[in-house]
Formats: sequence, C-alpha cells, structure tokens
Amino acid sequence: MFDTHKITKAMSSSGQTQAESSLQPGANLQNRYLIQGVLGVGGMGSVYKARDMHFPNVTKLVAVKEILNLASDPGMREIIVKTFEREANILATLNHPAIPKIYDYFTQGDHSFLVQEYIEGKDLEAHLNEATGMLDEDLVTEWAIQLCDVLSYLHNHQPEPIVFRDMKPSNVMLDNHSHIRLIDFGIARGFTAGQKGTMIGTEGYSPPEQYRGEAGPPGDLYALGATLHHLLTKQDPRLEPPFSFSERPVRKTNPAVSVELEAVINTALNYNPTERFPSAQSMKEALANMRRVKTGILITQKLDQTLPTTLTTPAPTETTSLSTAGSEVKPIWVFRFEDEVRGSPLVANGVVYAGVYDNNLYAVNALDGKLLWKYATDGGLPGSPAINQDIVFIGSEDKRLHAVSAKSGRVQWTYYTEGPIRASPRVAEGHVFIGSDDVYLHAVNIVSGRRAWRAQAVAAVRCRPAVSNNLIYFGCESGEFYCLDFSGEQKWRFKAKRALTSSPLLFNGNIYVGSVDNMVYALEATSGWAVWKFRTNKPVISSPAVEPKLNLVFVGSADNMLYAIDIRNGREVWHFETDGQVTSSPAVNKGVVYVGSVDQCLYAIDIASGKLRWKFRSEGPITSSPAIANDIVYVGSNDHHLYALTA
Amino acid sequence: MPNFLEKLFSSFGKKNDSARRPSDPDATVPLPDLSLIARPPDSQVTKISEAPRRLILGIAQDVGKVRSHNEDVLLVFTGELDGLEPMPHFGLFIVADGMGGHSLGERASGIAARTAGRIVMEKILPSLLADPQADTERPSLKEVMENAMESANMAVFTSVPEGGTTLTCALMIGEQIILSHVGDSRAYLISPDTFEQVTRDHSLVQRLQELGQLSAAEAAVHPQRSVLYRAVGQGENLEVDVISRRLPPGTMLLLCSDGLWGLVPDPRIQEIVHQSPSPQAACEALVAAANAAGGPDNITAVMVQLPKT
Repeated sequence: MFDTHKITKAMSSSGQTQAESSLQPGANLQNRYLIQGVLGVGGMGSVYKARDMHFPNVTKLVAVKEILNLASDPGMREIIVKTFEREANILATLNHPAIPKIYDYFTQGDHSFLVQEYIEGKDLEAHLNEATGMLDEDLVTEWAIQLCDVLSYLHNHQPEPIVFRDMKPSNVMLDNHSHIRLIDFGIARGFTAGQKGTMIGTEGYSPPEQYRGEAGPPGDLYALGATLHHLLTKQDPRLEPPFSFSERPVRKTNPAVSVELEAVINTALNYNPTERFPSAQSMKEALANMRRVKTGILITQKLDQTLPTTLTTPAPTETTSLSTAGSEVKPIWVFRFEDEVRGSPLVANGVVYAGVYDNNLYAVNALDGKLLWKYATDGGLPGSPAINQDIVFIGSEDKRLHAVSAKSGRVQWTYYTEGPIRASPRVAEGHVFIGSDDVYLHAVNIVSGRRAWRAQAVAAVRCRPAVSNNLIYFGCESGEFYCLDFSGEQKWRFKAKRALTSSPLLFNGNIYVGSVDNMVYALEATSGWAVWKFRTNKPVISSPAVEPKLNLVFVGSADNMLYAIDIRNGREVWHFETDGQVTSSPAVNKGVVYVGSVDQCLYAIDIASGKLRWKFRSEGPITSSPAIANDIVYVGSNDHHLYALTA
Repeated sequence: MPNFLEKLFSSFGKKNDSARRPSDPDATVPLPDLSLIARPPDSQVTKISEAPRRLILGIAQDVGKVRSHNEDVLLVFTGELDGLEPMPHFGLFIVADGMGGHSLGERASGIAARTAGRIVMEKILPSLLADPQADTERPSLKEVMENAMESANMAVFTSVPEGGTTLTCALMIGEQIILSHVGDSRAYLISPDTFEQVTRDHSLVQRLQELGQLSAAEAAVHPQRSVLYRAVGQGENLEVDVISRRLPPGTMLLLCSDGLWGLVPDPRIQEIVHQSPSPQAACEALVAAANAAGGPDNITAVMVQLPKT
C-alpha cells in the first residue's frame, strides 16, 4: 500500500508549524454553529462538523471551514479578509449540483470562517485506499465525466472563469447518491505562508505551468488527468517524480484500462497547455464518446470531431516492430567455404581473413570477394584471427598457434600448446597472447614463435584476452578471471559462477565480460572489484562492444536478446529481441550496432533507440561476429558463407 | 621482454620519487567538530616526511549564518596499504542533509550516514584486506551501494519517520568511483578543463528544468527550489541513482550540500577550486563563499583527489 498520509504529514510538518484545531466540540460560533467535531486539519486551519442551531427542531449539519490569518502586518491582514469575503461571495452565487452550497461566512479576530453544506460520504482518496484491486474503468469514467461537467461550469463563469486549482482525489467527495462533489475550493490559497527550508514531497497533481505562476482552466484539466491516472494506477503522484506520467502510462500498470481512456488521460496530461483538450467540455465529450464507442451503443459520431489527433492516432509504442525492408538487403558479394564460419572475420588492408571449420584460414579481397589465398591447418578454426603488420595469427584445434604471412598465406612459424585451441589471439608488446584448452594462457614471441611464459588457469581458456598498457585480462571455462602483468605474474583474480567464454573488453578503466552464469560483469581493471553485474536470463557467450559517446555497452545473450547497458550504472537502456540465441558478438559502426542470431539473421540496430534499421537473413544460424570496415559489414554464417553487406 | 622491464624500472623510479615528497598539506588541518570522522591513525601523523602517496582530502563544514542547528552530516573513511602488494586507495565519503523540524533533520541525516557507512565498510573491508591471491566472494560495488542506501532508508524510516534526509555516498577504490545518491546534495568532478555535476537533484525545479518548463536562472530563485520529490526515509521503497565513474589523478571529486551549491554558483565553485592550493583550502574557501553569500543553510564540502603517479 502507498502511504499517502506519511508524505502529507512530512509536507505540513516541515518548515512551518502545523495549525492546531482551535475549536473544541461544544464551542459555539456566532451563537449559531455548535461545533461537533473536526473533519480535517490543513495547513491553513481546520474544517469542523457543526450543527446549525437556527434549526432547533431538526438536526441541520454544516461544514465550517476555518482559515487562519497569519499575516502580521495589519494592512495585509485587512487585504486577506477582503479577499476572503470577495471569494466567499463568488462561491455563494455558484449553482451546480457538484458544488457544495455556501450558507454563511464571517471573521472573528484572526480567524475567518466559511459555512457550507455538509456532505455525507467519502473522498476519492479514501475510496482508492480502501479498494482491494484496481478501480473499475467505467466507474472512473463516470466520475471523470461529472468532474469535467463541474469544471466546465466553473471555467465558463462570467465575468471571469473560476479556476479550481487543486483537483486531486482528496478534494473530490462521493456523496451517498454516488454523485461527485468538489470540496476545498481554493479560497485560502491566496495567503499561503512563504515556505522555509527543504521540503519533501510535491503537490503531485499540479500542472508544470503552475510553477511559473500560471493558473488557468487548462491547469485544471491537467490536474484532472493526474487524478484519473492516480485513480486507475494506484500510483500516488506525490510519491513519484513530478510530471512523470508520460513515463508511466496507465496501461503499463493497469492493462485492463482501454487504449481510449489512456489516450484521453495522456491528452489531458500534455506538458504544453495548448496540447491538452481545448476545454473541459471537449474532454467531457471525448470521455462520453469513448464510452459510447466502447459499449457499442453509438458509433456514428466521429471521434476526431472532438479529440486532438493524439487520440485518434495513438503513437506506436512497440520497440521491436520489424522493418519490412529487412528482406531487401542484398549482399555486395558472397563467398562460399566448405564448412561453418564461427569466429569473427578480420578485415585489414582491404583483405578479409576468416578461420573456418574446414581447417582453412582464408584471405578474401574485401571489395569483390575474390579468394587471395587459403592456408590449411590440421584442425577446425573456431576462433578469430589477429594481425600484426604483415603476419596473421590464428589458433587451431590442431593445438597450434599459426603465424601466416598476410600477403602470401605462407606459414612463418607454428607454436604448439598441449590442447586444442578454441581461443582467439591478442597481439601486444611484441607478443601473441592466446589461451588453449590445455588450461594455459600462452605468451609467444611474435618474431621467434617461442614461448615467453605461460600462465595456468583452472580450465580451458577460450576467450580473446584483453590487454592494457601493462596488464593482461582473461577468463576461463570454470569462471576464473585473471589479471596478469607482462611477466605473467597474477595481479588479481575474480570468480564468476560459470564459464567465461566471452572475451573481456577493456574500456576506460573497467573490464566488461559476459558469463555462462547469465551475468555481464563490469570489473574495475586495477583491483578486480565488480562495479556492477547485469543479469540476463540465459548464458552470455557473446563478447561486449562499447559505444563511448552514449556510455553504452552492448552484449548478446542466449535469452535471444541484444542488450544495451549504461556503463555508468549497469542498467538496461534497451533490449532488442531476436528469434534465436545471440552468441554472436556485437560490432558498432556510426550509430548502428550489428549482431547475428541463431535465428539466421544479421541485425542492424539503431544505437540510440534500439530500433531495427534492417536485417539480413542467411541460410544458417549466425554465431560468427560481424566485422566492419569502410562501411561494409562482413559476417560468416553456419550456412558456410561469408557475406559482405552495405552497412 | 624489454618493454616490460622498462616499465618495471620506471615504476620503481616513481616510487622513490614519491617517497621524497613532503607530506600532504591536509594532514595538519584540524578536523571540524561537527563531522563524523574515522581515518586510519597513520593519516593523522603529521610530521613523517616519507609518508606514502595517499589520497588528498579536504573537508569543511559550517552551520552557516542563520541556523542554530546543523542538519548536515559528513562521514569520511580513507584507507591506504603500501607494500609489496599494495591495496588500491580506498575512500568512502558521505554527505547527508537532513530535513524536518524539531531536530528530526539532524537525527535523520546522522542515522542515514552512519547506517550507509557501516554497511559499506562491513561489505568492503573484509575483501579489501583479504589475501589478494585468495578467491573471495565479493559483492559488486553497485550492490553494496544500493544495499547501503536501502538500509539507511529503512533505518531513518523506522527511527525518524517524520524526518528525511538527502544521502550522497561516494566509494572510491583506486580510480574507480561509485556514487549512490538520493536528494539534492551534489557530487561534482572537477579537472583543470572540465567541470561536471555528476549527480542529478531529485528536486521539483530540476524536473521542471529537464522538461524545459523553467530556465536554470528561474530555478535558482524559484520559491519552491527546495522541494524534493525523493529523499531517504519516506517509505519502505527507495529508488536510488547509482553512478560509476573514473577519477584519474588530477581530477577532483567534490561532494557538497545545497548550503554550498545553492549559494555559490557553479562557475564560482570552479574558480575557487582552481585558485586553491589544496583540496582542504578549496573546501574552506567554498564554505567561506557560501557564508559570504548569506549562509542561510548548513554548508558541507568534502573534496578528494588521487596523488599524481
């Protein structure tokens, strides 16, 4: 339950002293009004239940509203009393079933009193707090129509419109005949004492323009929209960020509410007064039409006669709507291998290098897809190549790291490990760093092909290590993550609950890595502290990519999603759902992130919005990660093809 | 591996340099009475010239010119471990600004800061001081900070239900800073070329500004500029902002209450920080500037900087 009393107390108790109820039961005002009890206590005074003794033979109850005059300056006090009397006179002339009758007013010393109709019933806030489930939409619509009716009456008052200024559930009574009654007219609002000190809690229902000193009829419509939002969602706006209604549309909390009613409420809640309904009457008509259309009684009247365009054409809210243009993407060229491409291709100097399960490393012209050379190993090539100057490095399931001339495809040297290599190499500081299923990370001299050192992990090392200016980072299949210095000495380690197959990404002092334990970790690079963890619903094999300008890290998960995570707080910014596992690693280029999915498609997704730009369907699952150069995306598929697509 | 050896030697060289550096200027400054301060004993030793390179701290707090009560709380812990396997510089900095009449505010801010500080230290210290080679289960810093905020919130909510407080915590492990924040106390990152407010005020006028309904100038003088929509101790659930940032050497982290930033405009804060010889001098000058502008509220400033490597 939301504790709305708490915050009202906090508001009234901070800064200024709470007005005490000055009259006790039995007190008699004007030798006429016998006080029976307190109905409510506000910042400006109390409201009492009283008996009118001018009717000695019957019990005629009245509500007596007390307004304290807190001004110390005598001139000011007189102005306040005059204002009070003028407003009381206006109220007394009003004639509407939803407005309580004014019987009398008077001033005694620094107290002014307004005597009005006593209403038997409960206010809407009490109704809402007592309701076990959500309030019924039709009931709320009926109240809304009645409220529009009384607002329309007030706004059309001559010579000047009357602005209610304080529409909220606690100011609306439901009498014993289920009729709406507006209570607490803003008669006292002109002399609210200046506030002192920090206060917690906002009015919640007031329109933004009220804080610039503007109070007009559109403000009442906004507050009515806020009231309806509260009634239908049970989310007290005084406990939410102010003006956050658009971030919390009614149907998000209460899907039982119709699209039509949500649209009416959204229209009333527009920040800009001119974008709300032009009048309470038009809002009332929108509600009445909506009800007719919904119940099917009358469908002849066109909605758009009374409604702003936002209602008749609701904006699409789905983020995953697929572009129909997807199938039209044509590859620039296609290259066919004899087996699946699982690693990421490497593009350098106009050549695409790709390791394939057919045991070969291929070099293909990046522009036309013509084969330049291929180099055979004795095992499958699940990883991705790395290049340094004119040497390409790739690990093979034949247990070897191969160094091959980038120009000719001739072998330079090979380096043996004691297990199949399913990891990808990293070149830094004159060495190649590569993991092996022999449970070691190997540091191999780039020129000689000899081992500088090897560092033992707990299980197979299958990721591509990350290297900073003096440290090396890698994880292994049992979940250990290591930070070594360039001599192979361990600086720190971290343990995930399951395998770390995902390759770590080092960005701005933090390491980002996914794990089979479903998490994406952000680790502080010098200490190994996890800064945050982001939970997906399935293992994360995909390696993260980063977009520095928007502070986003992207990573795929076996739960079919590509996630965009804010690197500053580990919160999801958006996700994009595919129809298959996303083990492919995303690649970022010019505001677009590219990723493959086991559903056979390569997706191009807008970085800022998370919406699909285009997709390309291959003939097999895409577990390979795309590579991008000169605005061409290169991606391999388990259909044995390498595709070159226009980014 | 010549590159590596070069690096190794150069880092040795730096270590020797640093050993000759004079002690940090803040070490001699008396600590304000009103703040809760817990620092390792070595940091209060003032005369050792071979002090290891440690983070440089400035703190200042004042009740202001108008109020009789101090509802601001400042809590600072720092930790250093030098040796063969040094610990990253550690710091925890908390600013809380309480609200609610009848001493409720000062109780709320005190409880919030103590509770958050206790939770962070309980969760971080054992891992921080564990054998670096050992496998220790470590919670993520974000979880620790969220946990600390939730605990602080419940503590205030149950013991001072009528009061509330802002709560801005910064945990520093090496260059990593993780901030947790509720309310309108602020954190700034200040370097010679940048000045950035890292936290977002949970205030009505901030929201209005974000919606384009108020200008910054209008917000600064708005009668409701002190109205918060989110504070610690207002209910069982609390939404917390957690922000992870880097603090490279040369960049300063400033935490302060609205008694400072509400009176001293951002450009002036920046100017004072750049003109001050040390974080301690900067904090004192900032508090003085807020008092010079009338000092209507309590003023708290804490500033921290990593030593140059």
